[in-house]
Amino acid sequence: MQSAAPTPTEDEIAALIESNADLEGPLLPMLHALQESFGHIPRPAMQMIADRLNITKAELHGVISFYHDFREAPAGKHVLKICRAEACQAMGGNALAEETLAKLGLDWHGTTINGAVTVEPVYCLGLCACGPAAMMDDRCVGRVDRRRMDALLAEAGA
Amino acid sequence: MKVYVPMDSAAKALGAEEVVAALQEAAPEAQVIRTGTRGMIWLEPLVEVEIDGIRHGFGPATPVDAAAILDGSSAKALGPVDDLDWMKRQTRLTFARVGVIDPLSMDDYEAHGGLAGLKRALTMTGQQIVDEVKTSGLRGRGGAGFPTGIKWQTVHDSDAPQKYIVCNADEGDSGTFADRMIMEGDPFTLIEGMAIAGLGVGATKGYVYLRSEYPDAIAVMTRAVEIARAEGVLGENILGSPHSFDMEIRKGAGAYVCGEETSLLNSLEGKRGVVRAKPPLPALEGFLGRPTVVNNVISLATVPVIFEKGAEHHASFGIGKSRGTITLQIAGNVARGGLFETGFGVTLGEVIDDLAGGTATGRPFKAVQVGGPLGAYMPRSKFDAPMGYEEFGAEGGLIGHAGLVVFDDTADMLGMARFAMEFCAVESCGKCTPCRIGAVRGVETIDRIARGDADAVTILTDLCETMTDGSLCALGGFTPYPVMSALTHFPDEFSTTKEAAE
Repeated sequence: MQSAAPTPTEDEIAALIESNADLEGPLLPMLHALQESFGHIPRPAMQMIADRLNITKAELHGVISFYHDFREAPAGKHVLKICRAEACQAMGGNALAEETLAKLGLDWHGTTINGAVTVEPVYCLGLCACGPAAMMDDRCVGRVDRRRMDALLAEAGA
Repeated sequence: MKVYVPMDSAAKALGAEEVVAALQEAAPEAQVIRTGTRGMIWLEPLVEVEIDGIRHGFGPATPVDAAAILDGSSAKALGPVDDLDWMKRQTRLTFARVGVIDPLSMDDYEAHGGLAGLKRALTMTGQQIVDEVKTSGLRGRGGAGFPTGIKWQTVHDSDAPQKYIVCNADEGDSGTFADRMIMEGDPFTLIEGMAIAGLGVGATKGYVYLRSEYPDAIAVMTRAVEIARAEGVLGENILGSPHSFDMEIRKGAGAYVCGEETSLLNSLEGKRGVVRAKPPLPALEGFLGRPTVVNNVISLATVPVIFEKGAEHHASFGIGKSRGTITLQIAGNVARGGLFETGFGVTLGEVIDDLAGGTATGRPFKAVQVGGPLGAYMPRSKFDAPMGYEEFGAEGGLIGHAGLVVFDDTADMLGMARFAMEFCAVESCGKCTPCRIGAVRGVETIDRIARGDADAVTILTDLCETMTDGSLCALGGFTPYPVMSALTHFPDEFSTTKEAAE
């Protein structure tokens, strides 16, 4: 779950950076660790990572912005990913996504006003034989219809 | 009483956890064993109850079925699972244990043939191991179909202080889930395959680059590596031999293009997942500039059975230059979706009409996209095409990772072509112009066609040629497959006269 944690301290950030620093290719594990702990990559971490790995902040920004997963601001309390890929489209995925976004009054990547849910597109969850598929935080749901989607949203407090 | 319920994410997505809770409540004394999935996704959650040593299936199960399943009176009884048509007709080499064993039990794994391949490989030289893979005829199951043994030979012959085995588990193609299924259902087979690869080429370190969209697979693989290390399958002196091999699970970050091997390597190094120009080949300058074997999950997971049963056994299945088995993933709008492993050579029509049982909606079949978002849309007229790398290629298609996404007659083929271009634009790494700019122009051009501009069809065709010839990797290079196949096989939907008539 991506929770809105309190502002992380420099020590907390430094510990996560250090615990991954000796890996071969340490940057992605570092960014994942920070995001898992804080829900996003906190701004103060940027200079600290750059210093530790001897890369420029520009390079670091390049990496963070390349990947869909990383965010520089916290998401909603829950993240709902709706599959947009072909197998789910074949089972009505587009209509489900459009209806869900319309119901919440959001566009892709938007967060409900109460901060409960951020809706994101995902291109395949590997649930292609039981589409349309969605994922609420780390929980997969298959054959999502209007009823299941409403239940998911209600559970998440959207 | 032994009861088996899958913990595969597809089963969980269809309510397996709720079913387990109901079973445990109904029979607290029953032993519930979690497995992978048998691959019959339309029957998930599939509960299996052991009666006189034979596993009887019940599915698709819901929590209210629990009591009747346990006392054998359920109307969802399917009989012995091994006797089901879907299971009996398969040749399960790579997936032999998936759905059968507890994925995280090394004892179960060994009892079902696990580690036999690694033990045999430990008695062989690196060259003998590479030769065995060459003899087996194994080709890259990720889609490219490059002979695995040749790739291993290049890494084997290179001289470097450190070599690597990198497993490409960035299974981003829609319609494919075989990698996920095996990682969740039989993770030790991948670990064993990577260890054998390490012995073959002289690599002591491996990485699995696993996409972040698969949290369950990440959890199972991570745990499996810990167990394998504790059991001496990984680490120093594996299985008491003088050889060492260890590995780590690395999580991707949501970039489709990182399934391309060179961008995967950049990503693993902590860089933007931008494609590298080849040469140099990753086999010579791969991860951190060292010689690296980059193989797909299914390729590596097939290695143990090749060493367990012998290269000739593997090579005895298939057609032409496509040896061994194809792990078909039947998906989209189908009555029976799931994984079906069989020798190469089965025809497209057999898969869709017979195995898949037609569409889920019951409407007429319209098209099947074979090989993921970069694969061609095939109409019914291609149903005689045999599923082999060269044979299917001759019909204008790509087998790719062997995923098939079926569409019924409501599919909007112009919309699907537009989506292919849109997806390419979203996921392009940006390194080469035909892909980065071409995909955006492709969306615009298809929109022009939709508005009734007849000239735009010629422009789209020309653009696709440029993308095919000029792109650095398969993303830009193969996006024309779905676009042009939709245009070629369903010209009416791109026809301006139809638009005008409406």
